[in-house]
This record gives sequence, C-alpha cells and structure tokens, in this order.
Amino acid sequence: MDIRSQISMVFHLDKCIGCHTCSIACKNIWTDRKGAEYMWWNNVETKPGTGYPTKWEDQDIYKGGWKPAKNGAIKLRGAGKRQLLNIFSNPNLPTIDDYYEPFTYKYLDLIESPEGEVQPTARPVSLITGKPIDIKMGPNWDDDLSGTPDFARQDSNLKALSPAQSQAMFQLEKMALYYLPRICNHCLNPACVASCPSGAIYKRGEDGIVLINQDVCRAWRMCVGACPYKKSYYNWNTGKSEKCILCYPRVEAGLAPACMHSCVGRIRYLGVVLYDAEKILQTASGEEQNLVDTHLDIIVDPNSPEIIRAAKSNGIADSTLRAAQNSPAYKFVKQWRLALPLHPEFRTLPMLFYVPPLLPVMASVAAKDNDPKSLNPIAKIWDDTRVYDTSMDKVFGTIDEARFPLKYLASLFSAGDEAQVKIRLKKLMAVRIYRRHLTVGDIQANQATQALDEVGLTAKDADAIYYLTSLAQFDDRFVIPASHREQALEMLEFTGDVKGCTGFGTKEHPGRGP
Amino acid sequence: MMTSLHSFLFIALPYLTMGVFLVGTFYRYKVQSFKVSSLSSQFLENEKLFWGSTAFHVGMMAVLCLHLIAFLFPRTLLAWNSYPIRLILLEVTGFVFALSFLAGLILLFVRRIYVPRIRVVTQWTDLLIEVLLLFQITLGCVIAVLYRWGSSWFASDLSPYLWSLVRLNPDLQTIIAMPEIVQAHVVGAFLILLVFPFTRLIHSLVAPLHYLWRPYQQVIWLWDRKRVRDTRKKWSEHLPKNT
Ligand code: SF4
Ligand code: SF4
Repeated sequence: MDIRSQISMVFHLDKCIGCHTCSIACKNIWTDRKGAEYMWWNNVETKPGTGYPTKWEDQDIYKGGWKPAKNGAIKLRGAGKRQLLNIFSNPNLPTIDDYYEPFTYKYLDLIESPEGEVQPTARPVSLITGKPIDIKMGPNWDDDLSGTPDFARQDSNLKALSPAQSQAMFQLEKMALYYLPRICNHCLNPACVASCPSGAIYKRGEDGIVLINQDVCRAWRMCVGACPYKKSYYNWNTGKSEKCILCYPRVEAGLAPACMHSCVGRIRYLGVVLYDAEKILQTASGEEQNLVDTHLDIIVDPNSPEIIRAAKSNGIADSTLRAAQNSPAYKFVKQWRLALPLHPEFRTLPMLFYVPPLLPVMASVAAKDNDPKSLNPIAKIWDDTRVYDTSMDKVFGTIDEARFPLKYLASLFSAGDEAQVKIRLKKLMAVRIYRRHLTVGDIQANQATQALDEVGLTAKDADAIYYLTSLAQFDDRFVIPASHREQALEMLEFTGDVKGCTGFGTKEHPGRGP
Repeated sequence: MMTSLHSFLFIALPYLTMGVFLVGTFYRYKVQSFKVSSLSSQFLENEKLFWGSTAFHVGMMAVLCLHLIAFLFPRTLLAWNSYPIRLILLEVTGFVFALSFLAGLILLFVRRIYVPRIRVVTQWTDLLIEVLLLFQITLGCVIAVLYRWGSSWFASDLSPYLWSLVRLNPDLQTIIAMPEIVQAHVVGAFLILLVFPFTRLIHSLVAPLHYLWRPYQQVIWLWDRKRVRDTRKKWSEHLPKNT
C-alpha cells in the first residue's frame, strides 16, 4: 500500500446554471495574455454539443488518452515513445481553428471615427494577426443548444445511441440540455505527463496537482493531443504549453481555486481524497465494463485505522488526514456514490467527478398534449401545457421513461454502463422524494422510506446529501488543508532552484525566445 | 598563398565561433531556460508545415550525419569509398537528402513569408537563420554537382584541417588550396554555428531523446515529508524526492 493524497473535485451538474462566471474568473487571473487568449482552462459546454475544442471527445480524431493493448496492458493512443517520430509534425495536434480564432473589436472606432452619414461600427479583428476577421466560432457558440444542427447534432456521444433514439432527442418538445463545466481533471494516470518527451509535465506528490514546468517545456506539443480532455493548451506566442494549475498558489494557502470560489450555482466541491498509488496501473488497465467501480475502488477510506497508519507512515500530515475525513469529495464519490468520472474509458483516472444531472432526465412532459392551450385569465398568458412532470404516482417512473436517453449520459459518465448512471439518478430522486415528504407533505412517510430503501440510503444520509447539496456553506464545500506556512513560503522560494519542484519552475519573465 | 583574410576566416573565426557557441548555449540553457523552445508554429498552420518540416528535418539530419562521419571517421569513409559502386551510392543518397533539406527549407521559408499567422510569430533571427541555411545548402548542392565525390575529398582534405583546429594547431594548407566556393561553404558553417545559440536552432540541443528511457509517469515531491517531520533532525533538512 502506498497511500497518497490528492485534491479532488466534484461538480454537481443539476446546480450549474451555465453562467460562465467560473470561466471568466479563471481567464482574468491566468489566461489574459498574448498567446493564451484562446485558452479556457475552465470552460462550460452545453450538452448535447460538440464542446471546446470541437469534438474533443472523439478520440478517432485526436487520439487522446490510453487504450488497451496486448495482454491487459494499456498504451497511449496517439503519443508515446514510438510516436516520437511524429515530433516534426504531430498529426494529432488540434490547431487553432479547432478551438476558435481569438478576436476583439475595434472599440476605439466608435469614438474616434469622423462624423459621417452612417453610424461607426466596431469591427472584429483577430487577436493573432490583428486583421479584420469574419468570426466563425467562439469558445461557447453552442450555448443553450444554439446552432443545433452544427453543434448538438454532431455530439460524439450520440454514436452510442441508435439513430431513432438520437432523432427522438431532438424533437422540439423533447429537447433537453444541461451544462458541463470542465477543467483539468488532475488525473492519477495522466496522459499528458506520459506523453511529454521533455519530461516537463509532472504530478505533484503532495497534492496531486498536475503542472507543466515552463522552463523544461520545449513545445514538442505531444501533451496537447494526448490529453483526451484537451486540457493542455499550446501557447503560440511563448512556445510553451500551459494548463489548469488548480490555482495552486491559492490552494497552498488554503483558499479555493478561483473558478470554484466564484461559482454562482455553488456546484463545486473540493477536498482531499486518499488513494493507493500502487494500484494505479492495475486500475487504469481494468476491464471496460468495470472501469467505474475499479476507478472508485482506488480511493480509500480515510477513517479506517489501517489506512490512517499507512498514510502517516507515508508522511501525510495530520491536517491533510483531517481534511480527507471531512472531504466533500469523498462523501459524494465514495460514501454516497453519487458522482461519476467524465469518460472513464479514456483511462487517465480523472480526479474530477460529476453528479449526473437529474433535471433534464426527469423533465418528461406532462401528458396533457391533447388539451388545447388556454389563455390564463389573470396572467394573460397562454398556459403552457408542457410542464415538468412532478407527479409522484410512480416512484422513479420518470427515470425509466426519461426523455434524455440514459445511454447518452452513460456514454459520458460511465463508459456506457447505464446501471451506474441510473442508480445515481435514483438516489438523487430518492432524496427529493424524502425531502418532499418532509416539506410539502404530499408524499407519505412509507413511500419516502421505500424510495430511500430501494437505493440503499438512510434518512441520515438523505439529510446529509440535502445539506451538502443545498445549504452547504463555503467551508463545507471546500475543505482544503493548507500547506504548512513555513513550507508554503519555501515552496515558492524554491520554485526556480530545484528542477521541477513545484509551480511553473520559472522565475524568468515569460517572453518569446529567439 | 596565405593571406590575412585566410587566417581570419579559417583560424580566428572558428575559434570565435566555438567560444561564442559554448558560452552562448550555456547562458541560454541556464539563464534563459524559459526562452529555449522549438517555437513550433504547427498550431497556427498545419498542412504546409507537415511537408516542409518533415522534409527539412529528415534531410537535415541525414546530411548532418554524413558530414559528421566524414569529419570523425575519415579513414573509415575512405575505405568504404574505395569501391566505386559504394561511393556512388553514398553520394546519391546524400544528394537526395540534401535536396529534401533544401525543398523543405524553401517551403518553410515561403510559408513564413506568405501565411499571415506565421508572419506574426516571425522574428528577425528566424529570417537570419533561414537565409544562412538557404545559402549554405544551395552552396552544398552546387559543390556536390561541380566537384564530384565530395565524400572522399572531404575525408582526405577537409578533415585534416578541421582536426588541426581541434588540436589547437591550425594547418591551413589544404583549405587554402580548395576552390573558393568550398571555402565559402566552410565559412557558412562557422557563421551558422556562431549564431546558433541565439536562434531557434538551439532546440536541436534539447531534443528529447531521454524520453525513450524514462518511465511514462512522473511524480515530483518537493518535500520528503518523513524527513521534514523528523524532529530529531534539523527542520530544514529536506531533499526533493523524484520518482
Ligand atoms: S485532464 Fe489534466 S491531468 Fe488529465 S491528462 Fe488532461 S491535462 Fe493531464
Ligand atoms: S460559475 Fe458555476 S454555475 Fe456558473 S457556469 Fe460555472 S460551474 Fe456553472
């Protein structure tokens, strides 16, 4: 056993309102620079949709992540030692047009144009060439299903559905969407690290944050294609790759990362989980149908005396252990088994987990389709006959008859295993039923207990889930052990001295070299 | 006849070049490590780069290898060349790679000038080195055509001069006797090495061959916490533990 600690995250998708505040918070702190304009270390996608960069999930295009190899091993799909031959021109590298050409507007023209017949306009110009451009694409142009034929219908996950099923998803009255905020997953078996020929990328032992040493990166660009989540970006100006750093200077000081701190929907949770590093390879090379279970198995119980002993002998500090015991991530992922990893079949063992969205699934249309619309005499609006079915006649009925095929969610969150998604949705539903019994009262106690029993939750669990989902305060959502202050200071100080110790590894002014 | 120009070009220049190359490279690597990068522009333009870069790099590596062999193992090369068929084989192979080198460079040069996005990331050092290389390869190709069997006379006549430089006892006899166009090619080589550390060429020195031997995953520990937390030792005793 080799117990290590990892900062892990949970995003509760039912709560995300798609406001992009997280993206802006991140952009303002980290990527508001030349060469990084197009980067969104945090981005929010609408699902179904093609995402950013376009079709990042389709590994037939970008060849990211790991794939099973002979005799139970795994190998990098499009990178690795043999692919060093591609170093002069990497065939799996997305180019700027797969993201979007960054642009701004000539706002000054609005003020400085001479008086004339027509109103001055602010023309869009490219942030790369400075020339006027015709904007074709932005980082979130598929927002809220806009441009559905170009975006939502091209979603790679629809491959998992039958043509009839995916057709049904796009009937107007059945259409549904949810948001998928994404950051780097700070994986346990990161493909970016493994693909970097320079050895510039590494995982920090202390907290598992994956970083690129800016002094060692030489623009071989292998990580960009190899990360199946496309969360390593190439800075075309400095000739260095960059990625989400999980705001490590903030985390070291015990603060929440900027995207999480600013999250309007309060969907984000961050905490320590302990895992057994000896099992990484074995877990990553597991059978596809068990991937979710084995993935969760690598995370160990921070309350078990045996684990605590092993963790201590590995030098994990008491404060970190305490944080692991109170970790909201551990609760969502392991204790209640509510959260799932995104695309576990990429086999990088992501440490960011998602509570799958219940709302679009249960949002079945009430069977009032035959009723003619009626004008509400008071509100003077047409009563919409298409409303969420909130009836409780059939417990869990809406999940089975979901209008969002479970297969689609399963393709995203459980390598195609519908049962894994379904049990989690049922748990979310059971908690709602239980709360409805308590607050609205139109559900009988026995019905509520029956719902909880069926998914294996107790009333106490349900209360805790409800609390952490709806009422949790800042300190409940973010349980971060600070680095010990004296060590934190030296971590910064030592950044430039020791090759790739922590942080960016550079003290130089970051400019483009000759 | 040895003139002072000769002694400048073939004695002073090579030593200056070596000095600048060593100091410059050390400085770039140690002090300006952030700015050492291959500065790839594939992200901005992919198609032309594929043809240009591949032809350029493959041709360059082959041609460079042949030159190095002639310099380092002249006797072996001469022995190999003692059969005409082998000589012709070697020369033709070398020439084909040189053409690939040239074609790749021209394509990259054109791309640099004509693709607006690439122009944005073009610095004067890029143009400088591309012009120098263009000059050098063209000369090389012309020499290969005009003065046949270069692999043999390089090994027998140029190598001794280069080795005399290494031995710090410059002997210009053979080099002065060479045609001027060959002398220009040698000077071109020195010039390229002179500016080498201050151009993007420096990325060839950080070619990631060590990747072939290292394990895929890298975990870096700032602290060996067990030692940091050992109260019997000085608190600051720590070593980064890299696994
Ligand atoms: S998600 Fe992050 S840690 Fe995982 S492979 Fe991609 S860049 Fe690396
Ligand atoms: S800030 Fe929060 S709620 Fe808003 S888009 Fe980001 S994750 Fe969703």
